[in-house]
Amino acid sequence: MTILDVQGLGISFGGVVAVDDVSFTVAPGEVFSIIGPNGAGKTTLFNLVTGIYHADRGRVRLAGADVTGVAPHLLAGRGLVRTFQNLQIFFRMSALENVMVGNHLAERTSLLSDLFGFPSVARQNRATRRRALDLLERVGLARYADVAAGGLPYGVLKRLEIARALAANPKVLLLDEPAAGCNAVETEAIDALIGEITRAGIAVVLIEHDMKLVMRISDRVLVLAQGRRLAEGQPRTVRNDPSVIAAYLGEHGAREADRAYG
Amino acid sequence: MMLAAAFTSRRGTLLLLVAVMLLVPLVAPSSFYLRVAALVWIFALAALGLTIVMGYAGQVSLGHAGFLGIGAYAVAIGPRHLALDPLLSLALGALLCGLVAYLVGKPILKLKGYYLAIATLGFGLIVALVLASESAVTGGPDGMPVARLSLFGWRVTGALTWYWVTAGALLLGALLALNVEASPTGRALRALHDSEIAAAGAGVDVASKKLAAFVIGAVYAGIAGALLALMNGLITPETAGFMHSIELVAMVIIGGLGSVTGAVVGAAFLVVLPQALTSLQEYEQAVLGLLIMVFMIFLPSGIVPTLRRLVLERAS
Ligand SMILES: Nc1ncnc2c1ncn2[C@@H]1O[C@H](COP(=O)(O)OP(=O)(O)OP(=O)(O)O)[C@@H](O)[C@H]1O
Ligand SMILES: [Mg+2]
Repeated sequence: MTILDVQGLGISFGGVVAVDDVSFTVAPGEVFSIIGPNGAGKTTLFNLVTGIYHADRGRVRLAGADVTGVAPHLLAGRGLVRTFQNLQIFFRMSALENVMVGNHLAERTSLLSDLFGFPSVARQNRATRRRALDLLERVGLARYADVAAGGLPYGVLKRLEIARALAANPKVLLLDEPAAGCNAVETEAIDALIGEITRAGIAVVLIEHDMKLVMRISDRVLVLAQGRRLAEGQPRTVRNDPSVIAAYLGEHGAREADRAYG
Repeated sequence: MMLAAAFTSRRGTLLLLVAVMLLVPLVAPSSFYLRVAALVWIFALAALGLTIVMGYAGQVSLGHAGFLGIGAYAVAIGPRHLALDPLLSLALGALLCGLVAYLVGKPILKLKGYYLAIATLGFGLIVALVLASESAVTGGPDGMPVARLSLFGWRVTGALTWYWVTAGALLLGALLALNVEASPTGRALRALHDSEIAAAGAGVDVASKKLAAFVIGAVYAGIAGALLALMNGLITPETAGFMHSIELVAMVIIGGLGSVTGAVVGAAFLVVLPQALTSLQEYEQAVLGLLIMVFMIFLPSGIVPTLRRLVLERAS
């Protein structure tokens, strides 16, 4: 079964091909990782899939429906939700409110009821608040609920973005380097969290440079280099692929991945 | 405690506003002061509309006085040329502001930052120009008289009456603005202020939310403009002018961007100070400009947010 189906996706920026004919599929409950050197086109691929960029070529299907060119907010409504490599946090809002925004799609109020403060708004606010608190609890950030997000450390904000994404009830969750800049303890927490997320049947597409993490939790790995697919397969296979080692993993990466397998 | 509540809770903000509104008539030495206070309430109402656009949604508007002008001329033109009731004209003017904001906002809210600023500036200039040049209907640059307002047969006249009418309008405006702030719509607006890409990623229809904020802000300004015209009994195209647009922006920023109390404080600052400085005669403008600079240097996040921080620090 396939929840996300990407076929022949490509985009160029002023003659430079950033993503070139990339295809992959992801199944529910699976961790599908995308790795590759800096500038390989990983984030650009996410931007294409989530409708932020318009693909020059290729198609994206979500739960069987063609969603190529569908606007980002509508894709979120269909269950395609992401986090960002360069944090996109609502800095002026509290941590709790950040997650509450994630629940936007489930909120059943209208502009007029919001203006006039009908009782339904207070009810909705309470429901959203409860849900956001639960999610903060789940990512281990409950104690920061009322702190302005602008004052929180980087590692905390990475998890805050995941909580906000989960609030949107994703079918497919795209995580762009969730462990970047995180210490060992925070990385461990993210590892465990991804496990929990996939057990709930959500498909996770993961971009990550931390090879230990990737090799441990991925079901399948796609390797990109210069916008193209270099290899795809199980972590074990990819790790031993000579072209992958040459292009990306190198001696250091291969050794680290070995240790991960123990 | 009381002070902390006034700064942090919705009810506290409203109670503080009501308290000030009740107090002013008791201490005002003459009806002149009541008129100035009524002007504060009117401009605070317009500034509140801009607070929703700029403070919540983060979309700059340098033409907001255009809506002030549309609302003002609606209550001037309606009764005079179309034999409409002033109150009905006010409602139609507010509706017209919303409609114009929708039509203008749809294309220009796609722009960002400086580009949006210039586009809204252009809108304000066009409104002022039309009001000044369509002399047959608007009386041209000299403006036109405005028929008195009567509510259900009761003629609204006198400084104290206008004081209460404008205070009531502002209170209602503040209530609705506070409602929005803490609602799903308000969260969506404040979210897209910080990151449009993340707001869209959370399912927020960024374009339509911006447009909603712009329309609401325009209706606020339209009603403020109508009250201004009805109270003064005379209206000129200057109401829609660039200076007024800038003043509204200054009110919102000096008071504290995104704060309801801030919009009122900012309006008070820019309405009362020029009156207080008139004794300085030719130095009035210079001193006013200097004061604005000093306030922005020492209270860069605005008067109310700075006070709020001080009070909360002391309370904790
Ligand atoms: N909007 C854009 N305009 C021009 N070039 C772009 C744009 N977006 C991406 N690129 C280019 O596409 C290429 C791929 O960038 P991308 O950010 O996708 O890499 P990445 O694999 O995510 O790298 P990293 O591991 O450093 O995050 C880069 O050469 C980048 O400069
Ligand atoms: Mg990247």
